[in-house]
Amino acid sequence: MKTRLWLWVPLALFAFFAGLAGYMLTQPKDQFVESTMIGEPLPDFALDPAFGGLPGAAKADFAGGRPRLLNIWASWCLPCIAEAPQLEALKAQGVEIIGIAIRDRPEDVARFLARYGNPYTRIGSDRISEVQLAIGSSGVPETFVIDGEGVIRYQHIGDIRADDVAVLLAELEKAK
Amino acid sequence: MIAEIGLAALWLAAALAVLQMVSGAAALRAGEGAVDPLAIYARPAAIVQAVLAVLAFLMLLWAFAITDLSIKLVATNSHSMKPLIYKLTGTWGNHEGSMLLWVGVLALSGGLLAAFEKRLPQNTMGATLAVQGFVALGFYAFLLLSSNPFERLPVPAVEGTGLNPLLQDIGLAIHPPTLYAGYVGLSVAFSLAMGALLTREVNPNFARVMRPWVLGAWVLLTLGITAGSYWAYYELGWGGWWFWDPVENASFMPWLAATALMHSVSVLAARDALRTWTIMLGVLAFSMSMLGTFLVRSGVLTSVHAFAVDPERGSFILALLGLYIGGAFTIFALRAGAVAEGKRFAAVSREGALVFNNVMLSAILAIVLLGTLYPLLTEAFNVRVSVGPPYFNPASAIFAVPMFLVMAVGPILRWKDDKPARIQFEVMLVAALLIGVIAAVSFFGSFPFLPLLGLGLAAALAVAAILPLRGRKLTRVPVATWGMVIAHFGVAVSLFGMACEGAFTEERLAAVAPGGTEQVGDFSVTLESVTPVAGPNWTALEARLAVSQNGGAPVILAPQARNFWSPPQATSESALLTRWDGQLYAVIGNQAEDGRWQIRVWWKPFVTFIWYGGLLIALGGVLAIAGRVRVDVKRRSAVAKADARRADLEALEAQPAE
Repeated sequence: MKTRLWLWVPLALFAFFAGLAGYMLTQPKDQFVESTMIGEPLPDFALDPAFGGLPGAAKADFAGGRPRLLNIWASWCLPCIAEAPQLEALKAQGVEIIGIAIRDRPEDVARFLARYGNPYTRIGSDRISEVQLAIGSSGVPETFVIDGEGVIRYQHIGDIRADDVAVLLAELEKAK
Repeated sequence: MIAEIGLAALWLAAALAVLQMVSGAAALRAGEGAVDPLAIYARPAAIVQAVLAVLAFLMLLWAFAITDLSIKLVATNSHSMKPLIYKLTGTWGNHEGSMLLWVGVLALSGGLLAAFEKRLPQNTMGATLAVQGFVALGFYAFLLLSSNPFERLPVPAVEGTGLNPLLQDIGLAIHPPTLYAGYVGLSVAFSLAMGALLTREVNPNFARVMRPWVLGAWVLLTLGITAGSYWAYYELGWGGWWFWDPVENASFMPWLAATALMHSVSVLAARDALRTWTIMLGVLAFSMSMLGTFLVRSGVLTSVHAFAVDPERGSFILALLGLYIGGAFTIFALRAGAVAEGKRFAAVSREGALVFNNVMLSAILAIVLLGTLYPLLTEAFNVRVSVGPPYFNPASAIFAVPMFLVMAVGPILRWKDDKPARIQFEVMLVAALLIGVIAAVSFFGSFPFLPLLGLGLAAALAVAAILPLRGRKLTRVPVATWGMVIAHFGVAVSLFGMACEGAFTEERLAAVAPGGTEQVGDFSVTLESVTPVAGPNWTALEARLAVSQNGGAPVILAPQARNFWSPPQATSESALLTRWDGQLYAVIGNQAEDGRWQIRVWWKPFVTFIWYGGLLIALGGVLAIAGRVRVDVKRRSAVAKADARRADLEALEAQPAE
């Protein structure tokens, strides 16, 4: 019986596929879309104030050598209510938090802040998710660590839980 | 009781699969002519197993019909308020139920093979049934160990959670069962190929046995894909009919392999050539079905067909794949060299054309497979890519275009050896049509290249498809030949629809205030009103669009933005106006702040021809089966008559002369 080499080709191809698929199955499937903007400077933006009480937000507000948090949120977002106490805790640690309210209305923003507290120094209004998309955020809430040069250093996807506060503080420290 | 009967039937069927496997293997070991006491059980085991698997499926169907909320699967996928038809179709609108359908079809095709196929030598048949039982066993194990559809809830649910609204459509009643029947019907071709390989009985007789199974599965696949494409077209509301989505590709790849197999098995039956190649394709076709099932069920690829993702189930199916595909390819590599080479033929011959197109089909298969798996490969290196039409369309066209050209002339070539000069007239005719149509269409405007080429090819193919009938008495043409002619003509019709849709579609996206009018092609579309309407388990905003063609009497179209409440989900229900020369496709979008409504309207000339073509192709397949089976039955009854006459004569002669 003579064996021919090409007869083994299908098996070899299949073995390659099976190995690859097996490897991929063991990989945890990430549910979130990570921003490709990490390590990049913030895109240019200048947003109007989200309500009467605080100024709006622009790229220039992130200059000045001090790392800050950029919090993407909305008054209509339930997890944002859950993360409000953690933002307050971060503020108490002396962290400056600049907010961007996504597709929101001034009266709703004011009502939310009156009810759940206001950890922000500035809130820009992103009515069409323009800035949100530009910095690579795919959902609400998300929080970014921006260093003093205006470079995006770290992305936190989803609401900030109690355990995440220390992580964010450490990332802010690293960004100094 | 329903769940217990179903579960017991499944376990019994699994046990019978073991018996079928052992008994089939015994028949294979005993060899042709010899009798092994164990060997007699394979056929009955396969038949009873089919009955049991179908019974299990019927039990689940019943549980869904009466909304038995003590069964977990029913509670998580159905709802008492759903219309009955969607309760029933919901049976396979989920992972466990659809796998049960899969296994049911697998057992049923095995049972049919065991019951009706009497032409194969005993040892080949034994090996075939052993393989079929072996495959079934793995999938029973999968069902029973990791996807039990009959699992009870400790406490019956008060109400079910409902079925994905996109699936609450008549499309679900037709598309998955036909597709599955085709998918899994290919298992018979797989088992036969393995059986023939194990006994080295790869010959025209074997090909004649295999052919109706391949044709049958191929017809069902064709229908399933056609129905699925139309379903996606009107239900998803994107206006497209093919998205090169991984799950679509998963159904298209077995079809490509089956198309190649169907042609190569015909060559084997008629000319005793292409032996190894036919076996290879037989293994490949069902392997593609299993691969598709893996891709869909494991969630390794992201797709619009969002099924529940479960890595454990994925690993289980991958292990089965390794066992069956890996095992089959190993046996192929070891054995195929020992299969005697078939008859030779010249490059210019009907076999030559069929081989060329087989290679082209396989190349398209490779292109689609690569495009489907490429994201998997790059994700292993943490790069996310999405492969879409810009890759698939041109890459498959590179091989599809020469394939269509050869397909135009292949059927009029002679078997074994032919002279190009003999078909000079036909070649010139096809070439003239191709170039003429492309030139004529380009004269009227500038269109994208591929659709333009498609139009030319469609015209050439349509005429070429009926050329084999030239100079023949139509009443004497065999039914199977009619099948080929109609199927090839269907390809032309489908191609024409695709090309027209690609070249001439007009789209209009506008914000319209009630009373406002937009123009799309020959149609003026007036938004009359937007009103809330309610269905059995949804509420919707329904737009009334008065559509009039060239100022004629208006027709009302009513696209809806539907909101289902169980589970909560919004869907967009398109409204279609079908004319013989195309379809108007309307979708309603959101309301803008100033009170105007987003309306999206397409005029798609001849788009329906895509699916008419699909139906013609399937009809051709049905005629081919009918023709082959009729000829075969005639031949067999003639042989039986001759045998009987001979026996009579012998009996007469044996009588002592008085």
